[in-house]
Amino acid sequence: MPGRAARRRAKNPILRTRQPTLPPAARSRVALGLTAAAARGRFALQVCRDCSAVQYPPREVCRACLSHRLIWQPQDGKGELLTDTTLRTAQELYFRERLPWRTGIVRLDGGVNVVAYVHASVGAAPCRVRIEAALDRAGQAALIVMPEQGRPGLSEDPNLREFTCDPRGRKILVTDGKTLVGQAIVQAVAKAGADKIWIGEAEPWKKSAGLEALRALPQAVVVPLDVTDGGSVQELAGEIGGKVDILINTADHHRAFSIAARRGVETAQLEMEVNYFGLLRLAQAFAPVLKARAADEPTNAIAWVNVLSIFALANYPPHGTYSASKAAAFSLSQALRTELRPAGVRLINLFPGPIDDEWDQLEMPPKLAPAALANAVVTALKGSVEDVYPGDVAQDWVARHLDNPKALEREVGEGGR
Amino acid sequence: MAAPAPYDDVVLAAPVTVPYVRYSIKSAHWFLGRAVAELLAAARIPKAQIDGLAVASFTLSPDTAVGLTQHLDMTVRWLDHVPMGGASGIVSIRRAARAVQNGDAEIVACIAGDTNHPDSFRRNTSVFSQFAQDAVYPYGSGGPNASFAFLTDYYMRTFGATREDFGKLCVAQRDNALKNPLALFKKPLTLEQYLDARLVADPLRLFDCVMPCAGAEGFLVMRRATAEQLDLPYARLLGAIERHNAFADDPIQYRGGWVMDRDALYAQAGVGPADIDFLETYDDYPVINVLQFEGLGFCDQGAGADFVRANSFEISGSFPFNTSGGQLSVGQAGAAGGHLGITEAIRQLTGAALGAQVPNARHGVVSGFGMINYDRGVCSGAIVLAAA
Repeated sequence: MPGRAARRRAKNPILRTRQPTLPPAARSRVALGLTAAAARGRFALQVCRDCSAVQYPPREVCRACLSHRLIWQPQDGKGELLTDTTLRTAQELYFRERLPWRTGIVRLDGGVNVVAYVHASVGAAPCRVRIEAALDRAGQAALIVMPEQGRPGLSEDPNLREFTCDPRGRKILVTDGKTLVGQAIVQAVAKAGADKIWIGEAEPWKKSAGLEALRALPQAVVVPLDVTDGGSVQELAGEIGGKVDILINTADHHRAFSIAARRGVETAQLEMEVNYFGLLRLAQAFAPVLKARAADEPTNAIAWVNVLSIFALANYPPHGTYSASKAAAFSLSQALRTELRPAGVRLINLFPGPIDDEWDQLEMPPKLAPAALANAVVTALKGSVEDVYPGDVAQDWVARHLDNPKALEREVGEGGR
Repeated sequence: MAAPAPYDDVVLAAPVTVPYVRYSIKSAHWFLGRAVAELLAAARIPKAQIDGLAVASFTLSPDTAVGLTQHLDMTVRWLDHVPMGGASGIVSIRRAARAVQNGDAEIVACIAGDTNHPDSFRRNTSVFSQFAQDAVYPYGSGGPNASFAFLTDYYMRTFGATREDFGKLCVAQRDNALKNPLALFKKPLTLEQYLDARLVADPLRLFDCVMPCAGAEGFLVMRRATAEQLDLPYARLLGAIERHNAFADDPIQYRGGWVMDRDALYAQAGVGPADIDFLETYDDYPVINVLQFEGLGFCDQGAGADFVRANSFEISGSFPFNTSGGQLSVGQAGAAGGHLGITEAIRQLTGAALGAQVPNARHGVVSGFGMINYDRGVCSGAIVLAAA
């Protein structure tokens, strides 16, 4: 995270661009349960359904009763830091480039030991602590020892702040500044300390009062960008691609139709053009250069954010074709995440429920205010997650989806939401 | 629990060492093959006369002991692969002793060896175990340095040991190593150098950490009658123990499996700690030496620091200890580190020390410790040996 002085320093074109290194990414399949929870910002461990014993490291069978019925459950993470050390040498390049590292062993109150990073704000062992889960630059779960009281940010630790994508001091592209959500996100990242914000504008002959207001922000620049036009995307990438640290894709085409309500496929095609092919065009133009700049100095490319929809998880028939386009975008985002991961560039998906804008006008409350969605974007960037389900509706849907996707499909199909 | 059957007249003979080197372009097969060749030369027997083989190695992959039999063209009727790191030597002896006692084999070669390329250690550490891969290595990739830093920090805070206590052991081992022509460390070590060395992982500094290298160790297990027939000097096996995953509920490891089994060990051996003339421990880091002093009954639990302060550990000292110099001053040739103390003990008890001889050595204890699978060493073992 660059300071004010670093921001003024232009990049020396003669210097080599540093290449990204990553922490070790290999995990057993069962250990990926930890990553699945961390991707949503949760610390979960396996708990035995038969004898309630908490497990760590991840196992195939219960350490106490050998039951194979181990269920991942959120944990409060409370325990005691028994011992810690500061590593002055490391075998892997990622750590070697960032020495020293503080690590320790925590005895969780559930009776298992956890080897974890120790946040700089934690006092000397022994002391009461709390374990949090984050995602490291390899995209895998990393457990972090935090003080029992207080909630210091990961950014307050010199090594752990790399597990975040804090927008402070970053150069950010918001791909569509005409939507309410896009405008709210520009405001939010400006408030969070973004150094520069490019705001994409398609069809400039259609004026938008909200976008005009953003021109007053000192760090904002409105740039032409039409994600349905490959030439437009390529042109902008050629111009600013090598400077973008964070790309936030807000381009969205949303019409409330299902299959029988409208003849023809033109509306659905336009949804796909913006929501799916738009993402593909952006990915083809911007992802390679983001990867190339993943360890650049003084600031580096660090994140890609997609504003999707909770309807990507299960089709919401009143918005049937829109749901399908968001599901397509979600699927493509998984491929993009995989392509970005070797460089340590994080892809964050947000899955909001209905938004308080004109296209969700007929949706019943609760609806998510664009500013609340924008805050969720900033919180996700300052934290260490991949999947965000902002708001009550999204939380409700994802819980039902994880519990029983077929039940969700039937519930939604019978008119409920 | 019934007392284990005695080892009767099982003996250990023909200790060999394939000289250690920091790095080698050879494979583990080369070092293990040289060890077998050295064993044959030392025992003056043909290859066909070895009918049992116990192998320990970290770098033999993708082979196991099976592949090695074909590689060395050995036809054996008893074969064991012992992947227990620093406990492999003790465990090999326990297995081999029962084999020769019961006639499943006549002469068992126990060998351990590893190669070491410049990047070997990182590669081995990163996939050491599933728990290590999932839950330790991603946190700074400190390897065993980090794991032993935790144990050392905890022990020092809990039991009042100091850096000087650990330093005293390391300095004494270096003194012993200077007399051993095969030790890789040739320069004297002072306490000041130990204390002022660069930090590796607090509180560990450079001379707390074992140096990986390439090399091999080997010896033969047989009945006394066989040794006498071959006219081989030997040491008698009086007792042997092993234990795995002991005291799993201890928050941080401050004792090993020896504590559970030492009474059985001394009962089987018919001697006690007071009868022991020298001790060879598994010593990749000095804290683990102190756990072995306590675990094997040379002092009370938690009294290791006082024991260190009250004794001297050179070959001529009050408590001759790691008389070859130990791994800390000879080098850690992978899995051979668990056999180093055994070959040294056989040499001491047969009057064939490479370096200085412990005067009137009649009884020696060798212990093994291995496999930091997650947050602690899982395998432990020990043997009592006696001169013929």
